[in-house]
Amino acid sequence: MSSKPYLSLDKISKTYALGREKFGGPERFLQAVDQISLDVPRGETLGLVGESGCGKSSLARLIMQLERPSSGAIAFDGVDPAGLNATELKAARQRFQMIFQDPYASLNPRMRARAIIAEALVNFRKGNAEEINRRVEELAIQVGLSSFHLDRFPHELSGGQCQRIGIARAIALSPDLIVADEPVSALDVSIQAQILNLIVRLQEEMGLTLVFISHDLSVVSHVADRVAVMYLGRIVELGKTADLFGRPAHPYTRTLLTAVPRPMPSSRGKRSRISGELPSPLNPPSGCHFRTRCSFADARCAAEVPVLRVIGGAQQAACHHAEDIQATLNQDEIETDNA
Amino acid sequence: MPDNSIADLRPRQGFQPSRLIGWVGREPMTASCVAVLLFFVLVAIFAPLIAGDPIALNPAERLTSSSESAIWGRDHLGRDVFARAVYGTRTSMLVGFSVAGLTTLFGVAIGIYAGMSRIGGAVIMRLNDAMMAIPAILLAIALASLMNAGVVTVIIAITLPEIPRMVRLVRSVVLGVREQPYVAAATSIGTSGLAMVWRHILPNTLGPVLVQATYACASAIIASAVLSFLGVGTSPEVPSWGGMMADARSYFRIHPELMAYPGALLSMLVLVVNILGDRLSDALDPRKTRRGSL
Repeated sequence: MSSKPYLSLDKISKTYALGREKFGGPERFLQAVDQISLDVPRGETLGLVGESGCGKSSLARLIMQLERPSSGAIAFDGVDPAGLNATELKAARQRFQMIFQDPYASLNPRMRARAIIAEALVNFRKGNAEEINRRVEELAIQVGLSSFHLDRFPHELSGGQCQRIGIARAIALSPDLIVADEPVSALDVSIQAQILNLIVRLQEEMGLTLVFISHDLSVVSHVADRVAVMYLGRIVELGKTADLFGRPAHPYTRTLLTAVPRPMPSSRGKRSRISGELPSPLNPPSGCHFRTRCSFADARCAAEVPVLRVIGGAQQAACHHAEDIQATLNQDEIETDNA
Repeated sequence: MPDNSIADLRPRQGFQPSRLIGWVGREPMTASCVAVLLFFVLVAIFAPLIAGDPIALNPAERLTSSSESAIWGRDHLGRDVFARAVYGTRTSMLVGFSVAGLTTLFGVAIGIYAGMSRIGGAVIMRLNDAMMAIPAILLAIALASLMNAGVVTVIIAITLPEIPRMVRLVRSVVLGVREQPYVAAATSIGTSGLAMVWRHILPNTLGPVLVQATYACASAIIASAVLSFLGVGTSPEVPSWGGMMADARSYFRIHPELMAYPGALLSMLVLVVNILGDRLSDALDPRKTRRGSL
């Protein structure tokens, strides 16, 4: 991996003010993203997993400059878009693009597919009408659409076809980075695989840096080089996909992994079921956010916020007991192997 | 090479009479409303060919019922009621469509600005609230009595109180459209400012706006009748349904038909416009368009 990261997040936070619940009551804040630092090297696929409401999509919107972080800095190739003026930011937007979760809602219902894909090219004056039209046809072929699809409206197309249009729009400007925010979760399982393979293929062809957000661990394991696990606005574990899935160090990662359905009953180990509900992000637990649902939690977890620290190789975890947990996991594996 | 021309991929080509007949069969209500509205439009356009002089006085035949020279009778000044009703269609349609058009134009422009700009929006909405606190018809009467009597005055007097309603609707729709993922997607591909409004915000706002415009049209027709009825509308020699009803009021007990003719026409036109507005809201939604609609 190259030494210089393409995308670099430095302690970014996003707090939403929700106003007061009742007149004269305390003002409420939602900490959607809490001090996240992350480096994504050029050409890497970073998987970002977590439950709904853990701040994955907020992070995507922050990266995409659709919202400004409350604090912290983002850098693309060393340039922080916060320091750019409107014209420079518009020019910079060519380099990072997004694939959206809802294939229908992310396409203007009153535009034909051709116009949707062409819009980016028109905005940046990539040639005359004829050249743009030719480029749109190329892009359509690249994402597996036929030219007759281009004259349809989104509601005349299937979810998979709409998502292909969204992908064509995202790659139209030949970006360096694509943020894919749950790109397949709204699609049928049979279509999911097609779209995933398309994204992976485009990434290889174009040398894209990819931030792939999903709540589906099997999808992430299929595409990601590295995986970051988020819980209530924080990254709790980060590591190479094989390491993290094979030897999870954070108890949350562990419970997520045991929740993945396995087809073979014999390979189903002891389930460490998660107990309790996701705490309200309006009023998260002190110290470690996960301690209310963690079987390893002790007094230290309530008092001290665990920081993300290296626990071996490229793997990092934000847990006071990470080493112990990794050790007990290995014990479990040996037991199930013997049985 | 696949054929890339757009024309041969369009499902419909030109006008096919069989499609029109099929549509009338499926949507008899809409079709009959369109027919009635079309009828009113034709009457307004060809009024001079249909009816005689609406202004000529014939005091000798005042308050007579149906005759050969005036099939709906004559009013208290001996004017031809049929001719006045026909010419009154012109006034009503002119006022209705002008008010709808002007309200839409100004309402959309102001409403979109109010929806896109936070500070500007707050200022505009407070002014809007202040204007809506004044009863529309009172404001219209005040405006109409300030200016010279005439159709233009009536149109302005009805349009001004109508605009805040439209602004409020447009703003609320814009606020919803702004949050749509396709707007975020457009932002991320570098669309901003007027291009954003023109390509994404405006087209997705227009559906409810056009429906509101038809209601504005209907209520403007009524408001113009009310202004004429109260004597602050168009000048008395210009035939209008409201003016006819005002004149007929004194003779209601002996000649109720003098009020019934313009009243029935007014109700019918307003009803038709309102029903079409309802149908329009369905037809304009591309996701709701029924297969084979016209």
